[in-house]
Amino acid sequence: MKSLGEMLQQQGPFSEIVLGNTALARAMIESGTEVITSYPGSPTPEIASALLSIPAGKRPFYFEFSTNEKVATEVACGASLNGHPSCVFFKSVGLNVAADSFVQLSLMELTGGLVAVLGDDPGANSSQNEQDNRHVARMAYIPVLEPSSPSEAYRYYLEAMALSRRMKMPVILRMTTHVCHGKEKVAFGAWEKKAPGTEPRFDSSAGPSVPLTSAALEMKRRALARLSLAGCEMDSPAFCEVRKGSDSFRGVITAGLPFRSLLDVLEDSEQSPDILKLGVVYPLPEKTIEEFLRSHKQVKILEELDDVMEKEIKALAFDRGMSVSIIGKSDEDDWIGEYTPDKVSEVMAKTWPDMIPLRGAKRQPSLAPRPPQMCPGCGHRSAFYAVRKALAKEDITVADIGCHTLGFLPPYKVGEVLLSMGHSTGTGAGLSLFNKTRKVVSFIGDSTLFHAGLPGIVNAVFNNHNLTLIVMENGTTAMTGHQDHPGAGRNANGPSEAIPIRGVLEGLGVKSIREVDAYSQAKLIELVKEANAEEGFSVVIARHPCMLKYTREQQRSPDYVRKSVEVDQEKCDRLHVCVESFGCPSFQRDEDGTVTVSPELCIGDGSCIQTCPVKAIGLRKESRGGEQA
Amino acid sequence: MKRFDIYMSGVGGQGIGLLSEVVIRAADHAGLPVCGVDTHGLAQRGGMVESFVRIGGEVTTPLVRRGAASLVMALERTEALRALEAYAAPGGVLLFYDTLWQPLDVRLGKADAVSTEDVEEACRRLNVRHITVRRELPDVRMQNVALLSRAVKEQLIPGVELEHYRKALEDLLPERVLAENLKVLEGN
Repeated sequence: MKSLGEMLQQQGPFSEIVLGNTALARAMIESGTEVITSYPGSPTPEIASALLSIPAGKRPFYFEFSTNEKVATEVACGASLNGHPSCVFFKSVGLNVAADSFVQLSLMELTGGLVAVLGDDPGANSSQNEQDNRHVARMAYIPVLEPSSPSEAYRYYLEAMALSRRMKMPVILRMTTHVCHGKEKVAFGAWEKKAPGTEPRFDSSAGPSVPLTSAALEMKRRALARLSLAGCEMDSPAFCEVRKGSDSFRGVITAGLPFRSLLDVLEDSEQSPDILKLGVVYPLPEKTIEEFLRSHKQVKILEELDDVMEKEIKALAFDRGMSVSIIGKSDEDDWIGEYTPDKVSEVMAKTWPDMIPLRGAKRQPSLAPRPPQMCPGCGHRSAFYAVRKALAKEDITVADIGCHTLGFLPPYKVGEVLLSMGHSTGTGAGLSLFNKTRKVVSFIGDSTLFHAGLPGIVNAVFNNHNLTLIVMENGTTAMTGHQDHPGAGRNANGPSEAIPIRGVLEGLGVKSIREVDAYSQAKLIELVKEANAEEGFSVVIARHPCMLKYTREQQRSPDYVRKSVEVDQEKCDRLHVCVESFGCPSFQRDEDGTVTVSPELCIGDGSCIQTCPVKAIGLRKESRGGEQA
Repeated sequence: MKRFDIYMSGVGGQGIGLLSEVVIRAADHAGLPVCGVDTHGLAQRGGMVESFVRIGGEVTTPLVRRGAASLVMALERTEALRALEAYAAPGGVLLFYDTLWQPLDVRLGKADAVSTEDVEEACRRLNVRHITVRRELPDVRMQNVALLSRAVKEQLIPGVELEHYRKALEDLLPERVLAENLKVLEGN
């Protein structure tokens, strides 16, 4: 088996098939990035998996998962102020959490350099919106490079870090989901191992670094000047590529994955427009764009998500008094969804049907979608099943971000509102105001609690809010791939102090705290009823380790015995509580109503046994060893 | 060589990531240009997962257009029907492992389960050749390799041979499970 960690440490050049995210990890190493921070979130966590595949003692960088994206930004900023080349990476909506510090970065003299890798998620594949972070870059005066493939991601990171170090300013590398997860062969360069300097280099006279009073304005002027200079530097063939088509009157300006999709769509067309592909999307390379506009009669701006480039390019044409016709977005559809080849084909057919006609009938599958769900054995399922029984139908439930968000799906339908990481206690508090009849129950996972859940809890204590918070504690950051969190007793570098959730809550002044294993359904029902009957703020901790993580660990052991439950067909009255209300995916229903257990899915956790009114579910005797990657 | 597009799908947890990675690496060992992309994130939790692999030709995007995949590989029956309807090119091939992970609406009694006949009938309607795989395996988690084994035997992926898949598995699997997987790959 090839070792990812050994490959990444290789000092000479090599080519390998890698994910966009892995290509970035190698670029960080080659560029001498010394401090790397993150909070896990799709589409970026595989950057961390790649970095952490190098054993702790051998990493030529310091890496941490910070408590949240804001702290991660601050740690990277501090390291850069101290002269260390730094990188922070996180997902699209993570930028909202980081924003308060992030918008200040361009005001600083970042002597070590700092690259922020942002994983935007057009199509909202695994996010609660598809926000376009180019808006924030504009607000924060930070230049943005946008690669369209893993090879470009690698090259652009190296360029971004070089620019950042030279100009002591932050640079954003904007990735999108399918560039992060795309796989192709990338040709990597060489690097030399150098231990990070231990001499502290922070120098307050290199600032100012305190943006107060008149300094804030002086620092803004410096940021604007640097931005403009960086823009001029990047207005070059290194970041702007022109591809000649067959029709020299019409041109397309595009960037990122939509560029790749366009190339694919044009393979079916006899005619094609000229294409200007931008690698730098903020500030726009004005000289190159102006030249392209002047040499065409019609220019289509092919842009995923919002009309950021479109507005700027139209303004540029207006300022220069150009008569070129600029075609932007035509309707809401153009603002929504990922610009896959199918989508780009639709957009282009609306623009130039004579040149790029829509081909083929739309193929719509006849089946209902298969939504994600909680895994077999998940403690959250057991908890939701029980909590549903403890609540009245009209009570209000508030979800937070994490695996437990999936409780909003049938059959549980627990969690009726969702905003963002850590919102549930605050939103729940608001729902409880003037509300004397419908109990409010909020949920939060353990990683999210540390990430952004604490202020809402402090507020509930401070302002005497009347609601119950159920902490769904599974010991890990499960949804993004089982990263350790502050309560886990381990960090990315080794053992650490496990912060106990109960102790935190007590320290914050929460008086009513109950704890239970999420598999103990009767007890959980009783505790939720008790908590709900109290006036004021109460917390129930429903604890069970993530069973996906646990089972995977077990399967690696040679003594692993696969367990499973079975349905005693003699006893089964076909009440279907197991399939319809408890809803573990291991239960399969035949057309005649017989319920069986899928041996492929069941992990033999037995959390279902207590739900059967006629006691027809029991552990299967047969056992079996075995392991697979 | 003209580009050959593959669309793969299954249910989160079935090992589609490994399947796709093996095909990509095997194509690379065969000296062919190749790119691909998987869906990640939420979908891992028992939802639908999909992967695209494109072999040969100029590398543009890893994403394949609907109705354009010469080969559709599915690890589960319901997903085989979904994949076929969305992605299979007329005249193409559907290779699927005939197991069933019932979707929620089937378990709730709100929809009928997809049958093997449903899939095969849809193949006839769409002019797609179907190959149905069912095999006794030492471990259900080897269904992905069993599917691959059939793809090798039927030479469904042009220019990629058994030795290339073998090398790809050697790249990707730890020693303790390699031999057993190679046996499934090379067996019938």
